Amino acid sequence: MQSLRPERRTRTPSAVLLVAAFFAATLLPGAAPAEDAAVQIDDFAFSPASITVKAGTTVTWRNKDDIPHTVASSTRLFKSKALDTDDTYTFTFNEPGTYQYFCSLHPHMTGKIVVEPANHAAT
Amino acid sequence: MSESKKGDVDPGLNRRKVLKCMTWAGTGVLWTISGGVPRSLGIIDQALAAEPSKLTFLQISDSHVGFDKPANPNAIGTLQEAIGKIKALPARPSFMIHTGDITHLSKPAEFDNADQAISEARLDVHYVPGEHDLIDEEVKLYRERYGKNAKGAGWYSFDASGVHFIGLVNVMDLEAGKLGKLGEEQLKWLEDDVAGRTASTPIVVFAHIPLWTVYEQWGWGTDDGARAVSLLKKFGSVTVLNGHIHQVMQKVEGNVAFHTAMSTAFPQPAPGTAPSPGPLKVPDDKLRSLLGITDVNFVRGQQRLALIDKPLQN
Repeated sequence: MQSLRPERRTRTPSAVLLVAAFFAATLLPGAAPAEDAAVQIDDFAFSPASITVKAGTTVTWRNKDDIPHTVASSTRLFKSKALDTDDTYTFTFNEPGTYQYFCSLHPHMTGKIVVEPANHAAT
Repeated sequence: MSESKKGDVDPGLNRRKVLKCMTWAGTGVLWTISGGVPRSLGIIDQALAAEPSKLTFLQISDSHVGFDKPANPNAIGTLQEAIGKIKALPARPSFMIHTGDITHLSKPAEFDNADQAISEARLDVHYVPGEHDLIDEEVKLYRERYGKNAKGAGWYSFDASGVHFIGLVNVMDLEAGKLGKLGEEQLKWLEDDVAGRTASTPIVVFAHIPLWTVYEQWGWGTDDGARAVSLLKKFGSVTVLNGHIHQVMQKVEGNVAFHTAMSTAFPQPAPGTAPSPGPLKVPDDKLRSLLGITDVNFVRGQQRLALIDKPLQN
């Protein structure tokens, strides 16, 4: 039973933060709710290799390969740990721009996320 | 590559020609170094019968301890089988080299289990890391275990029976869209390391990713590998031993012989024969014919190292 306590302690604040973040996002004027996006890692490739999203979008990568891969920004802005089969990594893109990334274990695997301003559709 | 048949190895390789990729099954390569250029002797028993050797060492590679996917749910088991083969060799090798991907995910328990299995051979082991050995959060477990006396990311050299051995690291700080990389610091070190050595010294270089470009589309090569090889051009015999691609391939170019070893864990497809280089699932009764070790013999006065790729099961 004792071992449950530390876990509870770490979970409660993050749950509170999540709820707070949700309200903050919905209350922000003018911000269109960005939809989440997904990239699969399979057969030593990111699929789709290029996606275009609105600012604020959280992208989730899921590794479907039998071999671990990473998701590493070419500018070192973000980097996942090694993702084993079915592990996921998420990153939220708040600033418009083009983000190149690759697998740091198999660098011939490359992809990009194009982030557009969020308020395009909001008006 | 596809026209190469299993076991179809021409002993009189045209040195100027790229030897077609030879994919065959085995647990290991036995190398004999003789006089300058390494050569493959075929299978272990033939090699031992053929000539007495001064130096014999073993190469194992890509044990991927921790791998449990369908291509081989028991990677530690096949590593143990490979070590069993080594223990059963009629002539005891001087030492072993491991060309990386010791573990699958760089977990402490995987390193522990690999150590335990490999130490059963009771041989000194000289390691270089594969990319799978450097994926712990702080990238320190490999160096703590195997790289304490090494330079930089883990490169080093040593001498045995008049042969100069060089272990290189080409899996660090890889860059988007590129292949394996040695980097400037390591190349400078290599240049200095061989500077004072006579041209007649046989050289054995070992690293994880092939130093020559096997198949660029799958990242099977090292961008600055050719620069490393050019630093060794004065030497009459250079043997390059790699892993990473989980199959045997050979190429001979001038005085340089390139060789890749089988994995002890799972096979990978021949270049371009599958959508990706992912683990190759073969029928259970065929798996052990595609895993193996490499036995290497060095005989003074002979021109080449003799290499024997020995499958876990013929």
